[in-house]
Amino acid sequence: MNRLVDRRLSGKNRSAVNRQRFLRRFKAQIRKAASEVVSGRKVTDMERGEKISIPSKDLSEPIFHHGPGGRRNIVLPGNRDFVTGDRVDRPEGGGGTGSGGGPADESMDDFVFELSKEEFMDYFFQDLALPDLVKKQLAAVPEVKKARAGFVSQGNPSNLHVVRSMKQAIGRRLAMAAGPRDALREAEEKLAELEANGLGTSAEADELREEIASFKARLAAVPFIDTWDLRYANRVEQPTPSSQAVMFCLMDVSGSMDEDRKNIAKRFFMLLYLFLTKSYERIDVVFIRHHTVAKEVDEEDFFSSRESGGTVVSSALELMRDIILERYPSANWNIYAAQASDGDNWEDDSPRCRELLHSILPLTQYYAYVEIEAEEPQSLWHEYERVKAASPRFAMQRILTLEDIYPVFRELFRKKVA
Amino acid sequence: MEPEMESDIAPTPPTTSRQVLSEGSEWSFELLDCYDREIARVAAHYGLDTYPSQIEIITSEQMIDAYSSVGMPVGYHHWSYGKQFIATQRGYKRGQMGLAYEIVINSSPCIAYLMEENTMTMQVLVIAHAAYGHNSFFKGNYLFRTWTDAEGILDYLVFARNFIAECEQRHGEEAVEELLDSCHALMNLGVDRYKRPARLSMAKEQLRQTEREAYLQSQVNDLWRTLPTRQVAGQEKLAARFPSEPQENLLYFIEKNAPRLEPWQREIVRIVRKIAQYFYPQRQTQVMNEGWATFWHYTLLNHLYEEGKLTDGFMMEFLQSHTNVVYQPPYNSRHYNGINPYALGFAMFTDLRRICEHPTEEDRRWFPELAGSDWVKSLDFAMRNFKDESFIAQYLSPKLIRDFKLFTMVDDDTEEKLEVTAIHDDAGYRAVRQQLAEQYNLGNREPNIQVYEVDVFGDRSLSLRHYMHDRRPLGESTPEMLRHVARLWGYTVRIDSVDQNGVSHMTAVSEV
Repeated sequence: MNRLVDRRLSGKNRSAVNRQRFLRRFKAQIRKAASEVVSGRKVTDMERGEKISIPSKDLSEPIFHHGPGGRRNIVLPGNRDFVTGDRVDRPEGGGGTGSGGGPADESMDDFVFELSKEEFMDYFFQDLALPDLVKKQLAAVPEVKKARAGFVSQGNPSNLHVVRSMKQAIGRRLAMAAGPRDALREAEEKLAELEANGLGTSAEADELREEIASFKARLAAVPFIDTWDLRYANRVEQPTPSSQAVMFCLMDVSGSMDEDRKNIAKRFFMLLYLFLTKSYERIDVVFIRHHTVAKEVDEEDFFSSRESGGTVVSSALELMRDIILERYPSANWNIYAAQASDGDNWEDDSPRCRELLHSILPLTQYYAYVEIEAEEPQSLWHEYERVKAASPRFAMQRILTLEDIYPVFRELFRKKVA
Repeated sequence: MEPEMESDIAPTPPTTSRQVLSEGSEWSFELLDCYDREIARVAAHYGLDTYPSQIEIITSEQMIDAYSSVGMPVGYHHWSYGKQFIATQRGYKRGQMGLAYEIVINSSPCIAYLMEENTMTMQVLVIAHAAYGHNSFFKGNYLFRTWTDAEGILDYLVFARNFIAECEQRHGEEAVEELLDSCHALMNLGVDRYKRPARLSMAKEQLRQTEREAYLQSQVNDLWRTLPTRQVAGQEKLAARFPSEPQENLLYFIEKNAPRLEPWQREIVRIVRKIAQYFYPQRQTQVMNEGWATFWHYTLLNHLYEEGKLTDGFMMEFLQSHTNVVYQPPYNSRHYNGINPYALGFAMFTDLRRICEHPTEEDRRWFPELAGSDWVKSLDFAMRNFKDESFIAQYLSPKLIRDFKLFTMVDDDTEEKLEVTAIHDDAGYRAVRQQLAEQYNLGNREPNIQVYEVDVFGDRSLSLRHYMHDRRPLGESTPEMLRHVARLWGYTVRIDSVDQNGVSHMTAVSEV
């Protein structure tokens, strides 16, 4: 006797554990692939999963098998013009006739699969040595607030809106009762007329009485309240952050900033951006690159261009100040700035930078400065140290590896976590 | 003209009502049940003997799950299943591949999975294919009867999963994973090809497991005893080789004799070996198994159609899908991917029926005992008593060789060109048939590797021997494979290849 079983509702994630085992086993490869992906991504483009590809040969499951060579007999279908004794050339590259050792040839492709957003963020964070609390906070879905949004006809009982429902019921009762009530009144008038004329016992009067009774019954049958009448308060989820922020990315692009340093800088900017996405609904990003003169550019130019020559940091700060005054009044915008450099600056320019910062810092929420793989602290560093002593909104850090990035933001995140 | 028109209408068996079972492509449980009863009735009419079956409706996600655990309904955890899962899921999402319509498990009750997304027609096709076709094959074929225990397998898999989970807790996931990696690599060398296996059952396994652990360890200890028991006995041992005869079941040999495995490790080797053994018949009967199931879904549904129980629309959809399944692209087609077991198997069983019912002169010469016999009985006999290799050697008819236009080629690395050695003509039939049968001989497809000798009194190294067939060497994975063997054995492992003249040459060594 056969049995039919509906299994659709029983667990579907039986392979979840196996998938995790797979990810764990190839952690190194995935991590490498993920970090390559990060380099290719835009600063503002963090919140999605990613396709990861690792070379198939790294994850092969070997078995003993025959190699090429020796003598093989092959039976093939679909002969068209061969006769016994024909000699033909070996096919190139194992396609067509040479099908015997198949699987080995096919595995050249990369093994590609999707990491979910959470998994991807995990790999991104791994390099940065973030405290768990911060990781959780960054990866979490933004908090939402329930907001009223009118009324709907379906909902759960706790949201039932009594006043609305009763109003609805009144309207419905009026509409449903209107016809019979008019007819009832008419019939009653007619009956009264007949009775007045002394025809109260005629057949016509009886008929009217019957009609009246039926109208009354219909009126009585109009329900006081019906399921159609029920109205529920509608609540929708709105993300809590509803303010706006602008993030300034300042980077030195003079000759000494090489690819590696830029990559570290990029992660530095990404992390700040991620933090901002958790706190603000709308974020503008302004990229300013500088050597001796500063220029506002788009992201691509920002990371790809490289100029030779000296460095005047104050040019970038001036440009930033101008942009703030012109486009981002600090009353309406939360302003964050991240500056990355290798520490080079013209000796005379550094005090000027400090002065500029003193005028900029009151406008900003936070200003983070990193010096990437710098030899020795130079004049800029010393001047900035004085700025730091004077303002709690200023953070600075020398960075040798990716793990050093986080401390720059420590203050920022601590505030948020608290 | 009119009388002829009359005769075009299929004759109706008077006993059954000509009412169609359903219209439209939506399925429901009532309809499935109703179709299942009808199929069961027809299957009984043809004498199909089956285990009771349990037909489970699942979603596509669950199907992907089932896929990735190699069709085992209960599986232990391993990364390779995760890899399989990811690959399947990716392929499915991109629409590169459809999922199989069904998975069927050789157990009693026989479990068949049906996907929720299938149409009514597909569900019925799958029921006929899996719950009657495959099911009766599992129950009837001699390999499955000998090697697998349909009633014990589910219990055993539960035991295996629990045991391995327990080992992970006690000894760490990494240690278990490493061990499983090595065992999986050697899975194909973990089967007894000739000896009959003991029945599987969870209760017995658990009961005996502790006993076995202790006993095994004592055996191993004895083998590796360093203190000579008595001088004379020691002398004798020196002369005797170990193992006294080459051993084909590498995993079994390791389970019983590897000097440094702990008892739990031996048990895991045993679990992998048992599962390999369970799947061994499936690997030997692909053509027959699929052919048999396809033949029966075709026959059963056509029977129902002739009774007037199925609509024309139903049959059109069914035939389209059936035709896709049994398509054999020619060797030079872009779609060619070996001989399609569905195509070959279906063609062979259909051809067998034809030989029984309408034999030609040629058939009488080739299959005198088949021609004109009762086809139901002859097919049943063929299903029960053969595996792919012998089935093809016995039953591949000249007509089929012509239909498939089969030909054989020899690829010899000492020759410059490939040679066509036989085609579908009188001179070639027997050669083609023999070569095709050989192609399905697992012993030829996989390298023949055996345990040859252990240096018991020296460095404890293990020597494997690869017996070459037609001078075919081992592939490039060999050094890695030896590392797996060495991980299990614990000491140096080497492998020699022996060619037909008995000359051996060292192929690879893995030192520990």
